Amino acid sequence: MASDAISIPAPQVREKPWVDLLHEWVTTVDHKRLGILYIVYALVFLLLGGVEALIIRIQLMHSHNDFVSPQVFNRMFTMHGTTMIFFVVMPVLFGFANYLVPLMIGARDMAFPRLNAFSFWLSAFGGLLLYFSFVGGSGLYGAGNAPDIGWWAYAPLTARAFSPGHSSDYWTLALLVSGFGSIGTAINIIATILCLRCPGMKLNRMPLQVWLYLVMGSMVLIAITPLSAAQIMLLIDRYLGGHFFDAQAGGSAVLWMHFFWIFGHPEVYVLVIPAFGFLSEIIPVFSRKPIFGYPVMVAASIAIGFVSLSVWAHHMFTVGMNSYANSFFAITTMAVGVPTGIKIFNWIGTMWGGRIHFKVPMLFCIGFLFQFLIAGLTGIIQAAAPVDWQLSLSYFVVAHFHYVIVGGILFALFGAFYYWYPKITGRMLSETLGKWHFWLFLIGFHLTFDVMHIPGLLGMPRRIYTYEPDRGWDTLNLIISIGAFIQAIAILVFVWNLISSYFNGAKAGNDPWDAWTLEWSTSSPPPAYNFATVPVVASRRPLWDLKHPEDPDSQYE
Amino acid sequence: MACLIIAESSIFTIFVVAYLFYIGKSLTGPTPSEVLEVPIFFTICLLSSSITVHFAGRFLERNNRSMFLVLWSLTIVLGGLFLFGTGREWHRLIYDHGLTISTNLFGTTYYSLVGLHAFHVTAGLIMLSVVLIFGLAGRIDAEQSRRIDVLSLYWHFVDAVWIVVFTVVYIVGR
Repeated sequence: MASDAISIPAPQVREKPWVDLLHEWVTTVDHKRLGILYIVYALVFLLLGGVEALIIRIQLMHSHNDFVSPQVFNRMFTMHGTTMIFFVVMPVLFGFANYLVPLMIGARDMAFPRLNAFSFWLSAFGGLLLYFSFVGGSGLYGAGNAPDIGWWAYAPLTARAFSPGHSSDYWTLALLVSGFGSIGTAINIIATILCLRCPGMKLNRMPLQVWLYLVMGSMVLIAITPLSAAQIMLLIDRYLGGHFFDAQAGGSAVLWMHFFWIFGHPEVYVLVIPAFGFLSEIIPVFSRKPIFGYPVMVAASIAIGFVSLSVWAHHMFTVGMNSYANSFFAITTMAVGVPTGIKIFNWIGTMWGGRIHFKVPMLFCIGFLFQFLIAGLTGIIQAAAPVDWQLSLSYFVVAHFHYVIVGGILFALFGAFYYWYPKITGRMLSETLGKWHFWLFLIGFHLTFDVMHIPGLLGMPRRIYTYEPDRGWDTLNLIISIGAFIQAIAILVFVWNLISSYFNGAKAGNDPWDAWTLEWSTSSPPPAYNFATVPVVASRRPLWDLKHPEDPDSQYE
Repeated sequence: MACLIIAESSIFTIFVVAYLFYIGKSLTGPTPSEVLEVPIFFTICLLSSSITVHFAGRFLERNNRSMFLVLWSLTIVLGGLFLFGTGREWHRLIYDHGLTISTNLFGTTYYSLVGLHAFHVTAGLIMLSVVLIFGLAGRIDAEQSRRIDVLSLYWHFVDAVWIVVFTVVYIVGR
């Protein structure tokens, strides 16, 4: 079993000038440093995307508001959506994958370290490219800057005639470039998991987090590439005069919708599956019980991966597909609920009868359980095509998917931050600030997104920049906006916690949570080589075996 | 490489779907049946290059470096011939029939799909040539045969894609 870090004699550890440090970080191929780079990069974009969300909410605070112009409003919701999906959640999940997967399987590094660095910089420059559009988007035409085509970029909005200048091109290229980065990282994750496991780490002994990253990586390969292909077609249309999505020449706008959502819906599962992983690691540790139903959890994850590839057209019920297609996609969409439900039951089964420690990571996970359940339920409501005809493109949909992404994925991510921060930095995050963060965010979240369902039901369409005063939406929108500001305060508390705890936090030690997976066996932060000796594993909870040699798990598995 | 091939297959799938979806949807000519000729010879070239690359790998395994280099060069020549065939066909389409990527939907989908494939052939040829240069410099022996196998896997994939593209463009599409 892995022992502590090798102690390095003092004269070798010397303060380096900051230029050297910067150079080390820019040229690094170490999976832990790249993981941190991914995470920090995502946090920066989280703040940017958050500011855009606040601008949207200020504009919608009351009817006939003129805080921003309609054009700017369009840019804001486009940039908010694109940023949050592609440059916040994707990179932060890849960051955790980079950091955790090799540590959890007892490996020295990822399978292809240089590909790893290359993928990170592709993603990073993709994000910069998108934001450069604010400066360079107008091109020669003086036609607006940032893209304003919505994050789906439906044809024909992207056609040259309707989107002059270069703003849409920045959007296309940013997503293409970062998409290639994602494919590189996904290949890396899969190769690492399949080839670099330490002795004894059979597939059925891998931590669930690693399993879920395996499913996520496979899905990225199949789901991100259609978007890349569609972006290439869009570029051909825009620059070579092609007619893929040009209805004037017989092209089809609906084809773009299909291509976008073949990517778009699996993408949601790409994002949520690692979040399931965080829960599967955090809940057992804070319930002091091994995960309930490990094989079923694995099977359910793979089932979700498969089924989610065949649900995309439920975003397109209003397009007017035939009734067979509608029924097919309604049924598959509801079918995804089954494995997801299995997972929720298993997490509750893990907590059942456990000695639950209500530490901050656990609080966020419990929040996830409630909110993800509601998000799933509103999802099933909309899976029924006739209901969707009523609700599609309304604020009900916006409330639904924010429930998934904020109430589900972001809560799980916050849990992950509080859980693994001690491992990454060697210091604990403040529990007090963490509780403030949790409760403020919880209240803000529910104020915003619970209430947001109602104007949706009342018929408020999404993506409108203002509305008439006689609709009765004023008070509701005001409450939603207030909630958004409470969430923003909570995020600031979180960021302050990250920064202040880095300098003043209590020392964490190797294993502050008394956890069971391999990453806690090495020092915090882990040394560059991860493990001084290659760990050997005999069960799903290697550290439990180490701490309790009289009653190891390996006896029972 | 297997993962990359999965990802690439999915990109090609999207382009193939677009091609199939738009068959017969062009509003103006020329149509595929008027202008396309089946490139049997060049197809045979590309497919046989799969065989040569495979046996090149086997010879390398047995450390027969000269046979490896011969078959490897043959692969490059056959791949190059195929690319030349594509180029000639495009030249004919553009200059004799006036079909460009912006002429009609057929042009758009045809050049994108075949072009995407030709791009992969080109990338493959570059990688094959790099290996050939190393081989001529005497840097390649049985130790590298695992790496060479990865590259030939990619080459097989490019060939397999051509079978799909060929079926779609020259058989179904006409």
